[in-house]
Amino acid sequence: MQSAQLLEQLHLGDPRSVARAISLLEDQADIGRRIMQGLDQQRLDKALTVGITGPPGAGKSTLTSALVRQLRQRGIRVGVIAVDPSSALTHGALLGDRIRMMEHALDPDVVARSMATRGRLGGLCAAAGATMRIMAASGCRVVLIETVGIGQSEMDIASLADITVLVLAPGFGDEIQAMKAGILEVVDLLVINKADMPGASKLRFDLGREAVQSDRVLETAAAENQGIEDLLDRILALETEFRKGEKFIQRRQQSWNKETVDRCLDLFREHLTELMQEQPCIEADPGAAAEALLERIIHAPGR
Amino acid sequence: MSEQDSPLKDWQENELAKSLARFPERKKAFTCHGGREVQRLALPEEADQEYQDKLGFPGRYPYTRGVQPTMYRGRLWTMRQYAGFSSAATSNERYRYLLEQGQTGLSVAFDLPTQIGYDSDAPMSLGEVGKVGVAIDTLADMEVLFDQIPLDKISTSMTINSPAMVLLAMYIVVAEKQGVSAEQVMGTIQNDILKEYVARGTYIFPPRPSLRLITNIFQWCSTNAPKFNTISISGYHIREAGSTAAQEVAFTLANGLTYVQTALDAGLALDDFSPRLAFFFNASSNLLEEVAKFRAARRLWAELMKERFQAKKPATMMLRFHTQTAGSSLTAQQVDNNVVRVTLQALAAVLGGTQSLHTNSRDEALSLPTEESVRTALRTQQVIAHESGVADTVDPLAGSWYVEQLTDAVEQEALELIERVDAFGGVVACIENGFIAGQIEDAAYQYQQEVESKERLIVGVNAFQTEEENSVPLLRVDPAGEDQQVEVLARVKAERDQEEVRRCLAALETAARSDEANLMEPVLDAVRCYCSLGEICDVLRGVFGEYRGRAW
Amino acid sequence: MKSYRVLIAKPGLDGHDRGAKVIARALRDAGFEVIYTGIRRTPEEIAAAAVQEDVAAVGLSSMSGAHVRLFPAVLEALRKAGAEDIPVVGGGIIPKEDISLLQGEGIASVFTPGTPVATIIEAFTEACQKQHQTRN
Repeated sequence: MQSAQLLEQLHLGDPRSVARAISLLEDQADIGRRIMQGLDQQRLDKALTVGITGPPGAGKSTLTSALVRQLRQRGIRVGVIAVDPSSALTHGALLGDRIRMMEHALDPDVVARSMATRGRLGGLCAAAGATMRIMAASGCRVVLIETVGIGQSEMDIASLADITVLVLAPGFGDEIQAMKAGILEVVDLLVINKADMPGASKLRFDLGREAVQSDRVLETAAAENQGIEDLLDRILALETEFRKGEKFIQRRQQSWNKETVDRCLDLFREHLTELMQEQPCIEADPGAAAEALLERIIHAPGR
Repeated sequence: MSEQDSPLKDWQENELAKSLARFPERKKAFTCHGGREVQRLALPEEADQEYQDKLGFPGRYPYTRGVQPTMYRGRLWTMRQYAGFSSAATSNERYRYLLEQGQTGLSVAFDLPTQIGYDSDAPMSLGEVGKVGVAIDTLADMEVLFDQIPLDKISTSMTINSPAMVLLAMYIVVAEKQGVSAEQVMGTIQNDILKEYVARGTYIFPPRPSLRLITNIFQWCSTNAPKFNTISISGYHIREAGSTAAQEVAFTLANGLTYVQTALDAGLALDDFSPRLAFFFNASSNLLEEVAKFRAARRLWAELMKERFQAKKPATMMLRFHTQTAGSSLTAQQVDNNVVRVTLQALAAVLGGTQSLHTNSRDEALSLPTEESVRTALRTQQVIAHESGVADTVDPLAGSWYVEQLTDAVEQEALELIERVDAFGGVVACIENGFIAGQIEDAAYQYQQEVESKERLIVGVNAFQTEEENSVPLLRVDPAGEDQQVEVLARVKAERDQEEVRRCLAALETAARSDEANLMEPVLDAVRCYCSLGEICDVLRGVFGEYRGRAW
Repeated sequence: MKSYRVLIAKPGLDGHDRGAKVIARALRDAGFEVIYTGIRRTPEEIAAAAVQEDVAAVGLSSMSGAHVRLFPAVLEALRKAGAEDIPVVGGGIIPKEDISLLQGEGIASVFTPGTPVATIIEAFTEACQKQHQTRN
């Protein structure tokens, strides 16, 4: 498919074109660049990305699906990206969130995609940003990105998304202790899901004084569809707030920068690996070898 | 053992005497060829306290050796072959054939639309009507199914879960029309929703309203249909889904404990419903492990009922079960080998003390079984019963060091798993968090890897293969059957009293919305005026919602 | 190393998913990215998911005898969605006579119980390779 035709169809919302475009970006085909350049910038600017993260078992998938339902009730076209880890050993992956998304399979205004991390460590995949932009270009006003995350090491989502929601549920005592420090600084909203179960108020209390008083902590029971309307209202209200000031644009810029740097690092890593294979290092230790390699790259002609 | 030993004497004078008074043993004497008498119950020289605590006597706590004092010397297990396919009329013919051939109880298989509360004309039913069992849309189909079958003499087991209340109601009304009261009907409904979420998939509603339906059935039947077993807490499917023997025991018993607790929470008295709780296990291929498994399950259940619910009545602590030989062990290659497999599995169930047994037919890995294959499967049980001698003495493998240690090991492993389920907050919590499903999946995957690597050999499949064509005649379900069923349904709907239908469905909805109402009577009313299964379930779907699978 | 994306689906009312899940895991171990739809899916839902996920192959599992109607229905749904180039592989309790019938309708390969998992993975790999060639 030619990129022009693909772009046209994509902007019309043709499911196959959207899906194909995402694959091309994910597989790093050359055509990817042309696709990215051809995306409707207005749509990209207008769209909102919401990251949904949290430990396994907190009910993220259920919550995401409930949010989709709510968004659809309000007539909003929505994209959903569900990221699951690739096996470091086999490079394969079980992408299990689709089960929850099947409810919306026949709704043309829900664009769902499951993606594997493919070696990236921060909880996202390399193509998450591009996928989000393609979905936005196809008309998705809101894009939800769901990923497993707990602790600082898996919070790439907080950099990528415009608004990040952390989902917790009663029964995760240990993990909470680990993240308590400044949890509300990293995420925008904290959802206590399964709030109908015993331990919900204790969880709020355990999160610290900050959380108990905060209006950025909400309670939901996603399986019973409770609290979802309020959550969506809160998310959209935050968006309005952020867009009024500088925050929205600043974040987008930071996100863009981070994505660029991450992509740079990916390319760099590939390049280094190539170089090392072409010309194995003869230095005595890795430290010296690294410096030597860097010298070669900096002073390489025309690269 | 000396006569002075009071436990044995006590047992002989109590449980055994009572049992013999109710019905004598099958023969005046059980002998081997040559006249040597076969003893009823082999015992160790010293039946010390440890023996009493762990093994005891059949029919006495902890029931390790069996739930009846005379076991098969008194009555053989019920030979109950699961059957049912395409139309009610054809199934009725098959039932009458089996009863003529000596089968002593009926077992009904329903098609998937029926199991999931869809009528034969529903869009989701396309291509599925009558495939894995009989299609039942209204009372009219049920009447055809049991035509000329006296429901006061025959016990019927129905493999139905989510819409069990509806099918039970239909059965009771059919009996009513035969002049048989609800008090007289005998049988079992599987009615075990918890395992559906993790192993079988024919759920409709979410767990909580499903448990309400189950408790309603317990309650209604304990007063109105006391001879009917209201639940068959199943491990069979859990095992088929790939679990180990210990997991099968653990998750089945955990489900059982949940049902008991739910019923108690709803205000029922333990001894009112517990005696009618029945279980359903798998008979898999490792013969000795299976025997140990059955014995461990009995002992563990008795102990749990005593410890957790302070059970006192023997009937409340007895684990009675039906067994089916493992469907997943049947191979499509060299199907005659399956007859051998089934024989060994059936033997394990008998040595393990099952109350009733279904033996699979050899062609079941290929398609639904032919009449001939079904007959061979039944004969397998009859040969074991009448020719092998194992039914002439109680719990013959007791005392084998291997079997006793294995019984202990399986019990221990199962108990640990039950405690882990408890720690997560119980079975419903484990359905939501995927713990039970995960355990089963891991075991299934491990098994497959063992087969792939030939660590585990399956004759004819990854060892001793032959190049062959399957020459076994297969049963084909007539695709025209679906159209016929849809026609029948349309006719029934046209001929019934539409006002009555509307009234009954409305009354059902009102009752469903009230948490306290028992839905059995409204369902009986609906069934009597020929409301369809789909109509009734749609009303309930509207009130309870539908269960959606969890993410994987 | 290229990771092919595949969809494993259970059409119709059959709830026995042991086989589907075992195959899904085996595919993951062989380097595939596997999307599983869960049970009780209609042919239309399966086709829609296959298109959205842009998979290179679809695997269908049926243990209840409804494959005769449902497998071709999935092919038809894929055709309607403009995705007839996505190969479909089927497995489950399927009598031998039906295999040629299904292959005639367009199912790429059919696997019955007892087939070594390695054979099934090979079939998926082949199907995905071919599909990727027609892509660009």
